[in-house]
Amino acid sequence: MSVSDNLLTGQPAARGNYSVAVTTRLSRLAMIGFGIIVLALFLGPLYLGRPQIQDIILILLLVGLAQCWNLLAGYAGLISVGQQAFVGLGAYTLYYCVNIVGLDPLVSVLVAAAFVALLSIPVGLVVFRLQGAYFAVVTWVVAEIFRLLSALWPTLGGGAGTSLQNPSNMIGVSLVAELFDVRNAAAREIVIYWGALVVAVGITLAAYYILRSRFGLALSAIKDGEVAAESIGIDITRTKFIVHIVAALGAALVGALYFLQQGSITPAAAFSLIDWTAYVIFIVIIGGLGTIEGPIVGAIVFVVLRSLFASFGPWYLIFLGLLAILIMLFAPKGIWGTLQERYNISLFPTRRRFYRGEDA
Amino acid sequence: MTFVNTIVQGILLGGLYALYAAGLSLIFGVMRLVNLAHGDFIVLGAYLILALASSLFIPPIFALLIAMPFLFAIGWGLQRVMLNRTIAENLLVPLLVTFGLQIIIQNGLLEAFSADSRRISIGSIETASIEIAGISLGLMPLLTFLAAVLVIGALSALFYMTAMGRKLRATSDSATFVQIVGIDPHKVFAIAMGIAFLVIAIAAFSMGVRSNFDPSVGPARLLYAFEAVVIGGLGSLWGTLAGGIILGVAQTIGAAIHPQYQILAGHLVFLIIILVRPRGLFPKQ
Repeated sequence: MSVSDNLLTGQPAARGNYSVAVTTRLSRLAMIGFGIIVLALFLGPLYLGRPQIQDIILILLLVGLAQCWNLLAGYAGLISVGQQAFVGLGAYTLYYCVNIVGLDPLVSVLVAAAFVALLSIPVGLVVFRLQGAYFAVVTWVVAEIFRLLSALWPTLGGGAGTSLQNPSNMIGVSLVAELFDVRNAAAREIVIYWGALVVAVGITLAAYYILRSRFGLALSAIKDGEVAAESIGIDITRTKFIVHIVAALGAALVGALYFLQQGSITPAAAFSLIDWTAYVIFIVIIGGLGTIEGPIVGAIVFVVLRSLFASFGPWYLIFLGLLAILIMLFAPKGIWGTLQERYNISLFPTRRRFYRGEDA
Repeated sequence: MTFVNTIVQGILLGGLYALYAAGLSLIFGVMRLVNLAHGDFIVLGAYLILALASSLFIPPIFALLIAMPFLFAIGWGLQRVMLNRTIAENLLVPLLVTFGLQIIIQNGLLEAFSADSRRISIGSIETASIEIAGISLGLMPLLTFLAAVLVIGALSALFYMTAMGRKLRATSDSATFVQIVGIDPHKVFAIAMGIAFLVIAIAAFSMGVRSNFDPSVGPARLLYAFEAVVIGGLGSLWGTLAGGIILGVAQTIGAAIHPQYQILAGHLVFLIIILVRPRGLFPKQ
């Protein structure tokens, strides 16, 4: 878009035109790089072993979940400690669709996401009654309610959980098994791996697209100051509610795919505060809250730390907790946010910049 | 009669929840902070009492008296060193810092005391009961309820009848403007946190005597405390007692239907109340 008036003074621009752009030369290069990485990951099953495939499935799903939490806390100001509710609900819906209804697992993932997105509306009507810090705890209470209910529900094994029936009976498995000349169990993992890749890339791009859109502009305004945002006509509650639904949908996709890969489910695992919220918060904080790059950086750092130190058990978790506190106190922008501030780089820019002339 | 009995037991259980909640309510009232590690500090307090009693060979009630100044110091130090840095910022920082503390305390206790279930043993008084009008009341639940009333009465007296209380209320009204009259809000916050930790010590003792505990039970205590505070109305101390009682009664009625419904019933009643009255039953102002 071109503007011929000087926006600061209201005077017509004296020399040349001004233009507004979001992308930069660096970000366009980064997009190409991102595309190459995604392509390389897509072809991963050609050169990666099963353990790496399993590790990358986890990283991809954590990136997806972290992007959702980042949208909530980093942009909409909704600090939730109850995203495990939607992870668990997505997983349980998947198991219901596969074991009881008899749907194909991949179809069930989509059904689960749609169902949880719908369910997040009544949940939102309850949790949005409280704000700020109280919102955080009420989301946790809701997650606890779903955990207790799933433990009381005998159809899917109650508190003891259940296993997925005919786990290899899934669209694409036989084709992949033939194509890569592997057994069904490995082929199944490759299909789930691609699913996780689609989810992680999809959520990341969706978040990026949302933030660059008109809706994202409203979100950024809310992030900078709610009262000011409201004064220019932004419907704050509606904007936040939409983010809440999107984040629930993303969490359900992640939960469904993760427990599809695991092949068994229990209420404790599906609604785990540590696995689905504490780790995810850690990832976003360490990577950089309020940036698209942050959750990706954070997920990689998290998985590296885990592979190095997870054998230390409780000490590892104490270390993670300490690290998160120190980052919150002394570098609240996280790794990527700090880099971005110092070197003014942004691979997924969302800010609009003014340029003089047409050389943007 | 069984129904009346259920209600009475629920009210007594509510006393325990009010003890969990009183510290949280105080902190929220003074500095608008929700300490997500509150429940874990209660569990930490119970382990501290247990460790003091067993290493010094003293009855747990004396261990509680020794633990109280320690816990005051922990709370005071926590606020001075860590939480005061977070207060001025947005909501996110204090919430996530206390969330991190929660992980640290749980795993620290796990490393120090293992995952085994423990209990504070104070002898025959644990199982003693008295009978009033055909209802058997446990002596410990009764004493816990009494302690809750005394603690909340003492906190109210502190708030509304002392110079310290005046400082606390003034700081609560505006941490900026109290500085005009020479009050350092950071010092007031630290003292408030110390007082909250004294209450945590009493709550820890009551919890440890009444039920088994292990390093993982903190978050559930936080949720009960939080629910009691919100049901009662934010920032209202006597409201917190009422909130604890409502939660306790809801839970015992749930448990009377089926033991598995105890916790669920409490959570559901909480949700219904915030749907109807999001500011709680007895909000300040």
